[in-house]
Amino acid sequence: MKFAVVVFPGSNCDIDMYHAIKDELGEDVDYVDYRETSLEEYDAVLLPGGFSYGDYLRSGAIAARLPIAAGIKEAAQQGKPVLGVCNGFQVLLELGLLPGAMRRNRQLTFICKPTTLIVKNNQTPFTSTYESNQEVSIPVAHGEGNYFCDPATLTELKENGQIAFTYAEDINGSIENIAGITNKEGNVLGMMPHPERAVDELLGSKDGLNMFVSLLKQWRESHAITS
Amino acid sequence: MQLLHEPSPEQIKEKKLYAEMGLTDEEFNMVEEILGRLPNFTETGLFSVMWSEHCSYKNSKVLLKKFPTEGEGVLQGPGEGAGIIDIGDEQAVVFKIESHNHPSAIEPYQGAATGVGGIIRDVFSMGARPVALLNSLRFGELGTPRVNYLFEQVVAGIAGYGNCIGIPTVGGEVQFDPCYAGNPLVNAMCVGLIDHKDIQKGQAKGVGNPVIYVGASTGKDGIHGATFASEELNEGSESKRPAVQVGDPFMEKLLLEACLEVVKNDALVGIQDMGAAGLTSSSAEMASKAGSGIEMNLDLIPQREKGMTPYEMMLSESQERMLLVVKKGREDEIISIFERHGLLAKVVGQVTDDRKLRLTHQGRVAAEVPVDALAEEAPVYHKPSTEPAYYSAFQEQETPVPAVTDMKETLLALLSQPTIASKEWVYDQYDYMVRTNTVVSPGSDAAVLRIRETNKALAMTTDCNSRYIYLDPEMGGKIAVAEAARNLICSGAKPLGVTDCLNYGSPDRPEIFWQLEKSTDGLSEACRALETPVIGGNVSLYNERSGEAVYPTPVIGMVGLIEDLAHITTQQFKQAGDLIYLVGEARPDFGGSELQKLTDGDISGRPPQIDLSVEKERQSAVYEAIKAGTVASAHDLAEGGLLVAVAESMMKTGLGATMTIGGHLVTESFSETPSRYLISVKEENREQFEQVVSDAALIGRVTEEARLHVTGKAGEAILTATSSELEEAWRGAIPCLLKSKG
Amino acid sequence: MMYEVNVFVTLKEAVLDPQGSAVNHSLHQLGYQEVEDVRIGKVLTLTVNGEKETVEARVKEMCDKLLANPVIEDYRFEIKEALAQ
Repeated sequence: MKFAVVVFPGSNCDIDMYHAIKDELGEDVDYVDYRETSLEEYDAVLLPGGFSYGDYLRSGAIAARLPIAAGIKEAAQQGKPVLGVCNGFQVLLELGLLPGAMRRNRQLTFICKPTTLIVKNNQTPFTSTYESNQEVSIPVAHGEGNYFCDPATLTELKENGQIAFTYAEDINGSIENIAGITNKEGNVLGMMPHPERAVDELLGSKDGLNMFVSLLKQWRESHAITS
Repeated sequence: MQLLHEPSPEQIKEKKLYAEMGLTDEEFNMVEEILGRLPNFTETGLFSVMWSEHCSYKNSKVLLKKFPTEGEGVLQGPGEGAGIIDIGDEQAVVFKIESHNHPSAIEPYQGAATGVGGIIRDVFSMGARPVALLNSLRFGELGTPRVNYLFEQVVAGIAGYGNCIGIPTVGGEVQFDPCYAGNPLVNAMCVGLIDHKDIQKGQAKGVGNPVIYVGASTGKDGIHGATFASEELNEGSESKRPAVQVGDPFMEKLLLEACLEVVKNDALVGIQDMGAAGLTSSSAEMASKAGSGIEMNLDLIPQREKGMTPYEMMLSESQERMLLVVKKGREDEIISIFERHGLLAKVVGQVTDDRKLRLTHQGRVAAEVPVDALAEEAPVYHKPSTEPAYYSAFQEQETPVPAVTDMKETLLALLSQPTIASKEWVYDQYDYMVRTNTVVSPGSDAAVLRIRETNKALAMTTDCNSRYIYLDPEMGGKIAVAEAARNLICSGAKPLGVTDCLNYGSPDRPEIFWQLEKSTDGLSEACRALETPVIGGNVSLYNERSGEAVYPTPVIGMVGLIEDLAHITTQQFKQAGDLIYLVGEARPDFGGSELQKLTDGDISGRPPQIDLSVEKERQSAVYEAIKAGTVASAHDLAEGGLLVAVAESMMKTGLGATMTIGGHLVTESFSETPSRYLISVKEENREQFEQVVSDAALIGRVTEEARLHVTGKAGEAILTATSSELEEAWRGAIPCLLKSKG
Repeated sequence: MMYEVNVFVTLKEAVLDPQGSAVNHSLHQLGYQEVEDVRIGKVLTLTVNGEKETVEARVKEMCDKLLANPVIEDYRFEIKEALAQ
């Protein structure tokens, strides 16, 4: 399986994402520059955390208008898994691939710490190797992770099972403690917590690795059927 | 040579305009002598900024010479952007600490942010990849709106810059004392990793080689910042300040990645950060170190505002800029690398052989001065030194053991002293995990980062108990170095070297210079004894506000090597049943202690006394015990003494401790005698541990039950507190003080 | 013709503004009880070369495409002739 880690100017978790795939999952992975326009050769697309363009206008806003945006949208339409973490989530919102928007954390300060997440939907390509309602320890590190959407969208998210993860406790003011959501089709996931930081016991938790394992499992299954 | 609206050389001399820039009469005469004529306005500016204390160390040089700067593994000592120490496998660690006190006192968010940005550039200008940031902060006592504001904004500024650029902020310390109320200290440290072959020097070699300007354009911000940093703060400081420098961490991220690509290119000859004194110091120092000269056409300098004068361009401290010298004919190759990273890079001059800095502007020579005179030949002063009256009074005074009536209340009160209390409120705002190497995160004795593709790790810490140093600078200086080293030992590391940030009041006052003199004696002696050479650092004087100096605060930044990931140790207790040992005996050392501050409201008397040979011996023993795998947890005894250390080892573990105390109760419980450790050991490692650490005394056990239970030798109850009581006092203190603001 | 365009971007009324709330709270603490509400937005000042009609249309486009996020933000702008340098 071949992963793309898209690198925007100001991305800073690209290396973490890369090592999670290469060292812990043991699959192929490339960095892809924001000036590229196609992600055709990849089986999955990862948008890493960081501060693209310093998040100076709005987090993720400028990154969502770069040449690579076309490639990301195309991959999403083709049904390839697209995972946006932290700033990557913000980019997916700005791209319109996921509904809603991010506001500053309610406490107005950046927050970095291990958090407990609840797996709300384990029927997605990203979460299939978790139990339903399983509690997992995955850290957050963000200043604008306070998820917002209007009531109609929220109802839709719930009805379609698009809420993938919630925080076990309110950490930043997000509506319904939402930590991660998917699109309706389930192949695009955005989440504020960093699964790529939770892939090695030495650093405190390995609970994030299953996200990548889930993707690999689904890819192998579909690959076995088609070949 | 003179712009219409600028004063003429004669006016500068007659009206003593140089004095406003910070030059003395004597220094101005020296400049006249060096040039053989009167300097013009721009030249006067160049000398004033390069001869400021901040750039020239003119008042501290005589003392800095005492530091041991060489040792096994030192690849680069003081004098370059940052020092370098070998860590094997053709790799080395690069680190430096620097102050940004005055800018932070005036505009705390940007002051702290640009302090972080500056120290990062120092490290990557050596060719190293920055891997970690630490901060040593000092504020007045929390609870007043001004102090709370400074504290909150400094923390936000550090977070804003470090988080955005994506370098983890992994440690440091924060302390509070009234003496810092008007002049907070913000010291930022950066640690980097480098392959030996990539080590760069800031040298302008090779006549005819082009000089390239890279990064942000030059604005009028921070003009004369270095001079500003070399004066006391007073009521007028806010209005006198230069335009505040604003940090751009996004630009610096681009600059960082581009520079690390450029250092791999053999077209690069030299590279230096434009820090204090901006273009002036970077060009003059690069030329002076190489024995060459530099000429620059100032019309080519990228400018943010129209109509900037040579004086303004040369003295601007705009952030995120670098100066490079590259091989002639290959400039386009280097420029294209920067352009690909979205950065501006431009040839602005060339290397010459006449050892002069020559600046042209609009077809005329705007300045021409010898580079060595700027960079190397600043006057050196040995200021008068007088032992202050307070010192002899404190030395003669008996330092009584404070009276304690309620042991539990006292312990809870100590845990909620801001200097001891949990700093979670601070470090939860720092991304301490980015780049996924942080093994031990903030809150333990030292931060630990693994080194990818090896089985090794780096441990790092900053330390300085300035109360001890105020009471006895020499003794306090020794303790500061020893404690930093102990922090590293407790994490399983061998200390490698030191970077120091010397924060003092005005050296023009003999009592302050005496503090500087004595404390550097103590620091030097300890660095020699513990074999931790000083490989770089920074001096920040004039930390005073309206005549009140801060405590002498020489912050020690120390880095150590962990040879095997298996040696990594933290202060947290690991499992019930483990034996708790105390290494080292308590003496009634209460001068400058937290208990004294708590009971008396102030500090007095003699600080704890340290014997460096005992210190060294115990460090070796504990280090050996950790390497042998016999230690479950290790914690350095520091502020607050034994019971605070036990409580800290319990935090977040869900475990408790039961222990027995003999001897004098208050001394055993709260004394701050140095060179001591709290260590927990698995039952099965008991014998082996006791053999290696011969002066370890078994004092208790880790328990399943989450409470601290202390009894006397005869079994009498002394103190019982639940973990949640201890944790509440410890964790709640700082958020509570911040909320109480008026 | 040179125009100076001031674009005002504000949070939609329904969206919580934690920064605004913090300032509101702080004003109350300073004794300004008459303050009912504070909302914080941003002003972008664009210097644009073009004809008045096209500038207006183009700036609207810029707002929709990049400068404001329609999910949480509203915008409005004012165009005035830039003073000759």
